[in-house]
Amino acid sequence: MRQIGPRFAAIAAIFVTLAACGGSAAPTVATDVGISSTEILLGNTNALSGPAAAYGTISNASNAYYTYVNGQGGINGRKITYKILDDGYVPANTVTLTKQLVEQDKVFAIFGGLGTQDQTSVRDYMNAQKVPQIFVYTGATTWGLDYSKYSYTIGWIPSYQAESHLYAQDILKNHASAQIGVLYQNDDYGQDYLKGLKDGLGSSASLIKDSESYDVTAASVGSQVATLKAKGVDTLFLFSTPKFTVQALVAVSKLNWDSVNIYVNSVSNPKTTIGAAKTAGAALKNVTSVAYLKDPTDPQWANDAGMKLYKTIIANCSTCDANNGFNISGVAAAWTLVDVLKKAGSNLTRRNVMDIAATQLSETDNPFVLPGVVVKTSSTDHFPISQMQEETWNGAGWTLQGTLIDTRGTIK
Amino acid sequence: MQGVLQQVFSGLASGGIFASLALALVLIYNAMGLVNFAQGEMAMFATFIAVTLMDRGLNYWIAFPVTLVIAFAGGVAIQRIVIRPVERAPVLTLVIVTLGLTALINGLAGFIWGYLPRAFPSPFPSRTISVLGAYVSYQDLGVIAVCGVVLLVIYLLLQRTTVGLTMRAAAHNPEASRLMGVRVSWMLALGWGLASAVGAVSGIMVAPILFLEPNMMQTVIIYAFAAAVLGGIESPVGAVVGGLIVGVTVNLAGAYVPYVGGDLELAVALAIIVAVLVLKPNGLFGRPSVRRV
Repeated sequence: MRQIGPRFAAIAAIFVTLAACGGSAAPTVATDVGISSTEILLGNTNALSGPAAAYGTISNASNAYYTYVNGQGGINGRKITYKILDDGYVPANTVTLTKQLVEQDKVFAIFGGLGTQDQTSVRDYMNAQKVPQIFVYTGATTWGLDYSKYSYTIGWIPSYQAESHLYAQDILKNHASAQIGVLYQNDDYGQDYLKGLKDGLGSSASLIKDSESYDVTAASVGSQVATLKAKGVDTLFLFSTPKFTVQALVAVSKLNWDSVNIYVNSVSNPKTTIGAAKTAGAALKNVTSVAYLKDPTDPQWANDAGMKLYKTIIANCSTCDANNGFNISGVAAAWTLVDVLKKAGSNLTRRNVMDIAATQLSETDNPFVLPGVVVKTSSTDHFPISQMQEETWNGAGWTLQGTLIDTRGTIK
Repeated sequence: MQGVLQQVFSGLASGGIFASLALALVLIYNAMGLVNFAQGEMAMFATFIAVTLMDRGLNYWIAFPVTLVIAFAGGVAIQRIVIRPVERAPVLTLVIVTLGLTALINGLAGFIWGYLPRAFPSPFPSRTISVLGAYVSYQDLGVIAVCGVVLLVIYLLLQRTTVGLTMRAAAHNPEASRLMGVRVSWMLALGWGLASAVGAVSGIMVAPILFLEPNMMQTVIIYAFAAAVLGGIESPVGAVVGGLIVGVTVNLAGAYVPYVGGDLELAVALAIIVAVLVLKPNGLFGRPSVRRV
């Protein structure tokens, strides 16, 4: 691979040059491509099939909100068209489909693209084309951290490292003698979480006694959990994807290891996931996670205006389960985008929209995030959501604990 | 020591999962001299049918046999509709067709039932027993026991019944069988039906452990291939023994071999396939194929 690298780069350079030359034949990219007097055209790639297809519903949920907004007259008279394509969670497909959206469909921006590796694979392209890759649905820290280099890319959900920092604060404050074991998915996603935990613990990083990895193609993680138990771990972090998280939670109970403190990451904590573990015999004692959105299954929001609005909006999507926590996040992110587009007003250029999203956000009225969470960016901070609140599993659902914790500025 | 024992037990548990699907692979190989890449997806689909029946209020013990009958019929139908037109085509064509089936069934299941992992009831209690300080769950033991029962049934069917003999004959020498009056094509369909039913048993047994979603069997089938190849692709006993060996080896390698780690377990399984094919192509229990020329 190392030998191929330079050659590949040379070939790539030629292609890029060719593409640039070809570009002069077509009209030079107007700053308002994808916007007409009646329409704002947005694109999206998501895993509607394949190993991560559980996330596919997020795009449909976002679309439900656009349908709702269009029903109210759209944004300054323009209705949003949201074109969702299925990349199957395969980066190679993401590249093809993204080019299709940008070059053939001529979308204004790509909103809510899913998957760390998938979105990384098109980041250079999107930035070279100066097409907004706005509010990607992945918590990789790089989206916020590398904004100065990729100013057409911005995330929305809290970064994985920020979430780990919050866990680290909890450990240092309340469990200073914890013997930590980590189960993580051995890719960018799992490693990002692990790095955040180590950074957050700082000089106490030696509390991590063992970290065991698995590949996303693994059948089960029973072996890794057994190893962690054998190493004398008393605090277990699961930086895994939902399927493996459920397996690990069940494995803990199978090993009669229910005394262990478990931290489940936000990616795996929708109630449907934890509920599956419960049905399969997981005891789920001492399980902690974080939240930044209102949980549609939490009775405390039953009469909440935001939750009622969410239920109205999600009814526009026939395939969306209103109780699925993924769907409220899709609606919430779409809410922020509509906010940005409204703010852009008559200056609906790609650059202006990116500037607002990445450096001027201060959204205090998003009805779907926890009260007090401000969706915020500035010229020095490009992580829109950085406030989260710990929650513990009460046997039937999550109970919020303590107060909102702000991790802004912790990521270096 | 206790740690090693726990890894062995956990490996036997995964081994039981691999073995159960490997049995279905072996059965279809015996029926038509071909591995069916769609076997895992067919098993997953049958499991979804079982869960749908139970959602409709059917008792587990009624839903189970009903699912097996549906799976059998489905297997026969697939053979009649999809495989039969290309029955005499080169092996590569058949392989491509089964790969196509894999994608089709996977997509269909996702379309109908969605992709969220869901719990599946198990007939065995979720409690565990302690053996020398290590823990084994009744569910895991149950999977291995059911494998044993399925193995016995397959053995009796193939070796002790006329249908079994006819099936084997049709697979091994279709021309001669046809001349002897065997309806070869229907025997192949029967083989598909049986393999599909055995696969359904596998799916129903592993779903409580792996959780049911359209991709449940996608990794399992690779380990099942390793198990079947290790045991000798024609031998049902080999599939079970191979499955248990693969399960334990993969676990021990992941836990104790430096640099392998949990994330390279799949590589170990693939290494087993390659090593067996290079060193002992007939596997542990397979007979060398002899051809008179």
